Amino acid sequence: MFGLKADWSLDVQDRYFTIEDYEGAKPRWCTGCGDHGVLTAVHKVCREAQLPPEKIVAVSGIGCSSRLPHYMGTYGFHGLHGRALPFASGVKARRPDLDVWVATGDGDCFSIGGCHWVHALRYNIDMTVLVFDNAVYGLTKKQSSPTSPVGLKTNTHPTGAFLPPLNPLTVTLGVSNVSFVAQVVDWNPLLVYETIKKAHAHRGTSFVRIIQRCPVFVEEVHKDLQNDPSQILLLKHENGIPTNEAVERIYPNQREHDPSDWNAAMEIARNELQVPCGLLYHNPDAPVYDDWSSVGMGMSDEEKIAGINKALDSFSI
Amino acid sequence: MTKQAAAQKSNVSEISAGKAKRIDEHIIEIVSDSGEGAQKCGQTFGSVSGKMGNGVWTVEIIPAEIQPPARSKEGASGVRIRLGSKYVTNMGDQADLVVAFNEQVLYNRIDNRAFREGTVVLLENKWAEDPQPAIREQYAEAVADFKKRGLIIHELPLEKECLKIVSNARRGKNMFVLGMLCRIYSRDVQRALDEIAKTFARKGEKVIKPNHDLFKAGYQYAADNLEYHYEIPPEKEGVQKPTVVTNGNTAIGLGVMASGMELVAMYPITPATSASHYLADAFHLTGGFVHQAEDEIAAVAYAVGASYAGKTACTITSGPGMALKTEVLGLAVMCEVPLVVVDVQRGGPSTGLPTKIEQGDLLSSLYGMPGDAPKVIMAPATISECFHFIITARKLAEAFRTPVFVLTDANLATGVQPYDRPDPQAEWLSAPIDQSEWDKNVPAYDWDEETGLSPRPIPGQPGGEYVLTGLAHTRRSCVAYDSMSNQTGCNMRSRKMAALAATLQKPEIYGDKEGDILVVSWGSTMGAVQEAVDRLRKEGRKVSNVHLRFLAPLEKDLKEIFSKFKKVMTVELNYSDDPEAPLINDATRRYAQLANILRNQTLMDIDCWSIVQGAPLQPGVIHDAVLGRLEKLN
Ligand SMILES: Cc1ncc(C[n+]2csc(CCOP(=O)(O)OP(=O)(O)O)c2C)c(N)n1
Ligand code: SF4
Ligand SMILES: [Mg+2]
Repeated sequence: MFGLKADWSLDVQDRYFTIEDYEGAKPRWCTGCGDHGVLTAVHKVCREAQLPPEKIVAVSGIGCSSRLPHYMGTYGFHGLHGRALPFASGVKARRPDLDVWVATGDGDCFSIGGCHWVHALRYNIDMTVLVFDNAVYGLTKKQSSPTSPVGLKTNTHPTGAFLPPLNPLTVTLGVSNVSFVAQVVDWNPLLVYETIKKAHAHRGTSFVRIIQRCPVFVEEVHKDLQNDPSQILLLKHENGIPTNEAVERIYPNQREHDPSDWNAAMEIARNELQVPCGLLYHNPDAPVYDDWSSVGMGMSDEEKIAGINKALDSFSI
Repeated sequence: MTKQAAAQKSNVSEISAGKAKRIDEHIIEIVSDSGEGAQKCGQTFGSVSGKMGNGVWTVEIIPAEIQPPARSKEGASGVRIRLGSKYVTNMGDQADLVVAFNEQVLYNRIDNRAFREGTVVLLENKWAEDPQPAIREQYAEAVADFKKRGLIIHELPLEKECLKIVSNARRGKNMFVLGMLCRIYSRDVQRALDEIAKTFARKGEKVIKPNHDLFKAGYQYAADNLEYHYEIPPEKEGVQKPTVVTNGNTAIGLGVMASGMELVAMYPITPATSASHYLADAFHLTGGFVHQAEDEIAAVAYAVGASYAGKTACTITSGPGMALKTEVLGLAVMCEVPLVVVDVQRGGPSTGLPTKIEQGDLLSSLYGMPGDAPKVIMAPATISECFHFIITARKLAEAFRTPVFVLTDANLATGVQPYDRPDPQAEWLSAPIDQSEWDKNVPAYDWDEETGLSPRPIPGQPGGEYVLTGLAHTRRSCVAYDSMSNQTGCNMRSRKMAALAATLQKPEIYGDKEGDILVVSWGSTMGAVQEAVDRLRKEGRKVSNVHLRFLAPLEKDLKEIFSKFKKVMTVELNYSDDPEAPLINDATRRYAQLANILRNQTLMDIDCWSIVQGAPLQPGVIHDAVLGRLEKLN
C-alpha cells in the first residue's frame, strides 16, 4: 500500500496484505452461527489497516467463539476458560508494538472471567475486545449463561432460567476508567465492520458486545430481534459508529447520542426495552496501563548491569 | 529441653566479671510489642557484627496481626540473631541471652521452644510499678514463673534510664538496648555509631544525636551494671570479600533484576510479598515493572502472556496462590511457555499458617495439575542461592521452553545473612527478543526426538505465525483431532526433563560416602541439618547428608549414593505420619514429601522424619531425631 507522509513525499511500502494474509484454518463454527460474520469483519479491518500479520496477536478463552484465533493467519493465543483478558494484557505488557485482539464469550467474559473483565476495563490496556454474546454456553452444549433471558430452557435450567439476566452494558459502564463501549448485532455486516473498525482505532480497551446468534441452541432468543428491527435503537453521532442510508432504513428507531456523554450512555444501557446499537461511550483520554507497564523498555545490557550493581551496593557491608 | 541444650547449659551460666569471656557463638533475641523498634535494633546489631567479620544469621519474629494487643503472647515482635566466630548457616537452637520489653511476649518464645534452662533474660521492670494493679500482678506472676522454668531473670529499669536522655522512651529504648548488647558482646563502637548515623541519615543530626546518646548510655549501663561481657572474635577480622546482607526475598528480587527479566506479576500474599515490595522500589534500575494483578490467576496469566510475547516473566506467590495458578501453569507446561514461578512456601493447606514456614508445596508443585505436567522444580538452600537460582531458572525456562518453579520458604524469606556480593554478568541477562524472519517450513513445535527441545517463534517474527493453544496440539500447534498427537506432545514434554536430568551433576555428599544413616534434605533446612550432622559425627556417629537442589528432575546417581548407607531418611518440614502413632503401619503410613518422591524413584525403603509446627528446624531437634533412628538401627 502507499500513503502520503507528512512531507507529502510518497511512501511506498514493500508489502501489501490481502484478506488471505489474515485468514487461518477454515472455521468450524456451525452453519448460520453469528461468529462467521464477525470473523469476516475482523479480517477486513486488519486488511484496511494494513497490519503486518506477524504483529497481530488474537487472544481468546474457551468456547465456540474463542476458537477465533485459529481462524486467523496471525499469531494467536487460545488460552483458558475465562482468562483471555489477563493473557492478552500480559502480551501487551512489554510489547506495545503488537496489535492485540481478544475474542471471548458471554460465559467466558461475564461468568468465569468476571473478575478479569472488571479489572481489564479499569486497566484500559490497548486492545480490542469482542464479546460474542449468544446468551448461552455453546461449546458445552446449552447451559444457561449470565445473559440468558428469563424463561430460556437450557440443560441446567430445563424449566427455564429464572434469574434476571446480567446487563453487560451497565456493568461495563460502571467501571472507572472504562474508555470505549459499543454494541452491535452480528447480522448487520456493515455495522459490525464499522463498529470493529472504530473499536480497533481506539487506544485503550475497546469493549464491543456483539449480540450473536446461535441457531443451534437458542435460535428463539435472537429470531424475534432479527425479525423486528424496531426493537433496536440505532445510536447516531458524528463521533459514533458511521452508518448509511440502508442501515438507517432498516433501523428506524434512532437516537442522536454523543458518546462522550456517560450519563446518557448509562440511561440508554439501562433501558432494557430496547437494544442499543452503536457507540455508547468513548473517552479517548482515559489513562492507558501500557504507558506504565512498558516504562524502562529498551535498556541496554550495560545500563541494566549498572542498575543491578547500584541495587547490590545498597546492601553492601 | 533437648539433650543438646542440656549439654550447653553449663557453659553459659559461668559468668565472667571484668574481662570479656571468649566464646564461639551466642544466640540473642530481642522481643517486644510490635512498633517498639526491636527489629531495627537487631538488624543494626547484625550488620555491625557482619562488618566486623562475624558469622551472622538474623531472623525476624513477626506477629500474625498488624496491631496485636500490647503485652500479649501473640503480639511478640522482634528478632533473633545468631552470632558466631565462624560462618553461621541457620538460626540455631535455644537462645542464650534475651532482651524483653515486657514479660508477656516471652511466653510466645517459650511456646516456640526458643529458650532453655539458663537462658539469660534482661527484662524491662517498669511493669512492676505499673499504675494498673492487674499489670503489676501479671508481671510478678510471670517473673516467678520464668524463674521456676530455669530462666535467669535480670529486671532492669530500661525505660527509666532512657528517660534521662529523651522524653519518649518508647521511641528510643531500642538504641539503648543496642548499646547494651554492643557492650555485652564487645562490638566495635565506632561501627555501631556509624550504622546508627546511616539509619537516621535522612532525618538529620537532630535525630542522630539523641540516638547516639541513647546508645552510649546503654553501653555504659551494661558496663556498670551487668556482669555479662563476652568476646566472639571473628575468624578473620573485617569483611574479607565484597559482601552483601539481605533476606531471601530481597535476594529473589535482586536475582530477578540480574536475570534480565523485566516483569513480575503478583498478587499480595505473605510471606512472598516483600520480594515484590523490594522490586516495586528498585525494579526501575533495570527497567522492570511489577504488575499487581486482580488475583493470582490473573497474575500468572499476565506473566504467561508476556513470556509468550518474548519477555520471560516471573510470578511470585505462596501456597494458596499456587493453588489458584494451577490451571494456567498447566497451560504453560502444555504450550511450552518459559516462565519463572517463585513459591515462598508457608504452612498449609488452606490459609494455613500465613507467616510461618513449611516445605509443604513440593508434591502439589510436582503433581498438582490435571494430566501429565512435567516441569522443573528447584529449591535454593541459602539466601545467596535465592539470588543465583532465579538467574538459572530464567535460563532453564528459556532453553527448555518450560515453567521453572523455585521453592523457597518463610525461613529464607525473612532470614538475613551476609553473603558474597554477586558480580553481575551480561550473560546472566536475557537475549533481546528475536524478530528476524522465521522459516515458514519450521513448525511452532519442531520437537527434536532425542531431547524434546524445539525453537520458539515469537510474535513479531514474520513467517512464524501460530496459534498457541492449551488443547492437545500438533507440531504446527493446530488442535489435534488424531490420537497420536497427544501422545507425542506428552512424550516430548517429558523427554525435555530427561534431557535436563542428563546435564545435572551428582549431589555432593556432606560427610563420609558410606555409613549408618544418610539424611536427605532440601530447601532452607540445609544449614540446620548439616549442623546436626556435624554434631552427630563429633559424637562418633556415622551420619552424612545429601542436600538436593533439583527436585524435578532429580539430581544424578541418587540410588548409587543411597546404597552405601544402612538407612536413608529425609528430614523435612512437611507432614508425615509418626510411625509410632495409632493405626500407623506399613500400609497406612504417609511419608514426607521428598521421601515420597525418592521412594517412588529409587524403589528403596526411604524413611523420613518431619514436623509441621511452623518453626524452622533447630539443629538440636534434628540431632535428636536422627539419633532416635540410629538407636533403632543398631
Ligand atoms: C475451567 C473450565 N471450566 C469449564 C470449562 C468448560 N467450558 C468450556 S467453554 C464453556 C462455556 C462457553 O460459553 P461461552 O463463553 O458463552 O462461549 P460460547 O461457546 O457460547 O461461544 C465452558 C463452561 C472449561 N473449559 N474450563
Ligand atoms: S453451537 Fe452456537 S455458538 Fe457454537 S458454533 Fe454452533 S451456532 Fe455458533
Ligand atoms: Mg456464549
